[in-house]
Amino acid sequence: MKPRHKRFIFIGLGLLALAGASMLILNAFQKNLVFFYTPTAVANGEAPKGRGFRIGGMVEDGSLTREGDGLTVHFVITDTAKRVPVTFKGILPDLFKEGKGAVAQGQLGADGTFLASEVLAKHDENYMPPEAAEALAKAKSAAGAQTSSTLVVNPR
Amino acid sequence: MIPEIGHYALILALCVAVVQGTIPIYGAAVGNSSFMSVAKPAARGQFLLVLLAFCCLGYAFAVKDFSVLYVAATSNSQLPLHYRIAAIWGAHEGSLLLWVFILTIWMVAVSFFSGHLPEAMRARILGVMGLVSVGFLLFMLTVSNPFERLIPAAFDGRDLNPLLQDPGMVIHPPMLYMGYVGFSVAFAFALAALFGGTLDAAWARWSRPWTTVAWCFLTIGVAMGSGWAYYELGWGGWWFWDPVENASFMPWLAGTALIHSLAVTDKRGSFKAWSVLLAILAFSLSLLGTFLVRSGVLTSVHAFATDPKRGLFILVFLAVVIGGSLMLYAWRAPRVGLGGGFSIVSREGMLLANNVLLVAALGSVLLGTLYPLFLDALDLGKISVGPPYFDTVFVPLMTPAIFLMGIGPLAQWKKASLPDLAVRLRWAFGVSVATALVVPILMGHWSPLVSLGLLLALWIATTIAVDLRERLTRTDGSSFMGKLAMLPRAYWGMVIAHFGLALFITGVTMVKGFEVEQDVRMNVGETATLGGYTFRFDGTEQYRGPNYIAARGSIHVSQDGRDVTVMYPEKRRYTVQNQTMTEAAISPGFLRDLYVSLGEPLEGGAWSVRLYHKPFIDWIWGGCLVMAVGGVVAISDRRYRLAWRRKEVEVPAGTQMARQTVS
Repeated sequence: MKPRHKRFIFIGLGLLALAGASMLILNAFQKNLVFFYTPTAVANGEAPKGRGFRIGGMVEDGSLTREGDGLTVHFVITDTAKRVPVTFKGILPDLFKEGKGAVAQGQLGADGTFLASEVLAKHDENYMPPEAAEALAKAKSAAGAQTSSTLVVNPR
Repeated sequence: MIPEIGHYALILALCVAVVQGTIPIYGAAVGNSSFMSVAKPAARGQFLLVLLAFCCLGYAFAVKDFSVLYVAATSNSQLPLHYRIAAIWGAHEGSLLLWVFILTIWMVAVSFFSGHLPEAMRARILGVMGLVSVGFLLFMLTVSNPFERLIPAAFDGRDLNPLLQDPGMVIHPPMLYMGYVGFSVAFAFALAALFGGTLDAAWARWSRPWTTVAWCFLTIGVAMGSGWAYYELGWGGWWFWDPVENASFMPWLAGTALIHSLAVTDKRGSFKAWSVLLAILAFSLSLLGTFLVRSGVLTSVHAFATDPKRGLFILVFLAVVIGGSLMLYAWRAPRVGLGGGFSIVSREGMLLANNVLLVAALGSVLLGTLYPLFLDALDLGKISVGPPYFDTVFVPLMTPAIFLMGIGPLAQWKKASLPDLAVRLRWAFGVSVATALVVPILMGHWSPLVSLGLLLALWIATTIAVDLRERLTRTDGSSFMGKLAMLPRAYWGMVIAHFGLALFITGVTMVKGFEVEQDVRMNVGETATLGGYTFRFDGTEQYRGPNYIAARGSIHVSQDGRDVTVMYPEKRRYTVQNQTMTEAAISPGFLRDLYVSLGEPLEGGAWSVRLYHKPFIDWIWGGCLVMAVGGVVAISDRRYRLAWRRKEVEVPAGTQMARQTVS
């Protein structure tokens, strides 16, 4: 085999491997993207059926109820314009509180209840999860209630 | 007064860094040896100045000087002293100071252990490190000054984030930064070679120990971060594919590829340009990781934009370092040359394939980490990339890499024969496959992924055994132990590190395949059974810590009627920030961990409780530790030790060059 042929084989194999790896990566990427929707978007029917997504906003005051098993909870996530009821079975994160921001991941049930598989709270008491803050801000600006459209989010 | 001294020391350090970054490099270019000799004293002087600044900030924390903004923001008068000191690296500004401090430590190390290097090379290396330091010091002094005053002074501080109040947090960031910044040495070596236009096997031999040391620190740092998430976040996970974790994992992948590529450059003279590129990549990713984690960009891209100066500086700095070094690479790399040729089936070929797979895996992590940020920054919608993405990508990319990892060390350099390898490895393969199929069935639950994981771990272990046996038959020595001692330390390092990976894979496979998790509501006196253990909840009691109040549960664990242990999970409320924290209780073991955390209080003294039985989980971190030990053993090899003692006279590069054959 001449060096030139060898180099061709090398480059060919390399490209083949690269193409395979890219296919694999992009395919997995496509399948596992989780989109975020605001309660308003969910109420407008923009959220996908039969595919998981995230929803975020404020946990409505007084909406948290617990079933007899102590583990299944119901609460409502709102962006002040629309409300979405959420059901979750498991232990809520430490920072989950009524009147505070929360993000839940799961699927929309047939009756319009969001069945959460995970409730996230990767934030501390000083600020909201960014998605939740944005959902509230969007609803606010849509309602035209206030001119300021962003919640101040503390970088630290 | 003391904070001002620290501030002043940083300004002086910047001046020294500017000198260190320019004069020696210029001196190396024109061959002026008095200019070049500036590098050493400049590096040491800069170290002392940054050390002074670091101590000043530490002092401000120790005496609770809440007139310093950074101290007031990250500590509190009730915070114990050790956490006040650790709070130095609890947020953005102090982390940068720690970064520069560690950079100067590496500089001093280079200035002491570079006696064998040609003078121009040393001048260029320290010069490049000086330039990196200029960037960081400028950043601190212009937009992120840790010594900024708060006037009037705060009455008390805002306290350190409770998640960071943990012994692991005291050591984890310095370890991680030792790794990140350590790659700056490899980076400086690479740029020095590009400047000088000489890149030979001797260059690779010089940069290898530095790279390996940095890699060891990074391995420990990443493992500690994972361990911290496991016991401190309180919910039993050990890796979340969170952007913060990915930020530390990407340089690790690049560094791992670099170590292997440098080995080829050292031994065979090939992969030269590729090694240089990887060195640039590893350091660029370290910079990216530092900024991703500590700049607030992950919390919210938009919050980041509210402080545009900081963001702009970071983007410009990254562009200059990465863009500049890549341009230098494009300009000079053709002069460096490719090195010796080799056949596809050869040790080089397999290492190349491994490198490509590692870099592909790195690319996939980079995509999953940065793509959501880009979309968000451009207001194209919010997405997140879940852990399933990384899991699906990593298994198929790493499976062939690990398969090759078993064969590589047995293959010959330059040209190997596949049938020959197949004959030598048939027993290893047979034993691995059979064991991997049988063990999960014996454990009562078979799944393809568990078998695959075990197969890979066993494949590594059995091929190591085959390789060791072959090498021992070739070694002359009177006794078995004597023969073992004859094998070079660098070889032992590789064996140990590879074996560490096998332990790691075993841990991951067993945890993923066999862990049991249960969320239960438990009344006082009620029991739950999990993984053969019976957990009895004995209620909670209140107690008061230095800066928190806690409910401490006690859970009695027994197995077949025998007492095993009593576990005390806690729910703490940190009073300053009014933040609740779950402190899990863990009963560690060689073959399993029991993990209990308290959820929420329910009526009548009952609590919701999460129980875990996690088989082999400690093997994950044990494996990482073994990998790092492998690295340490490798750098203790004789060939490097001799290199330290020898004074720049005869470097056996000639012999290396002579062996290379040009294709």
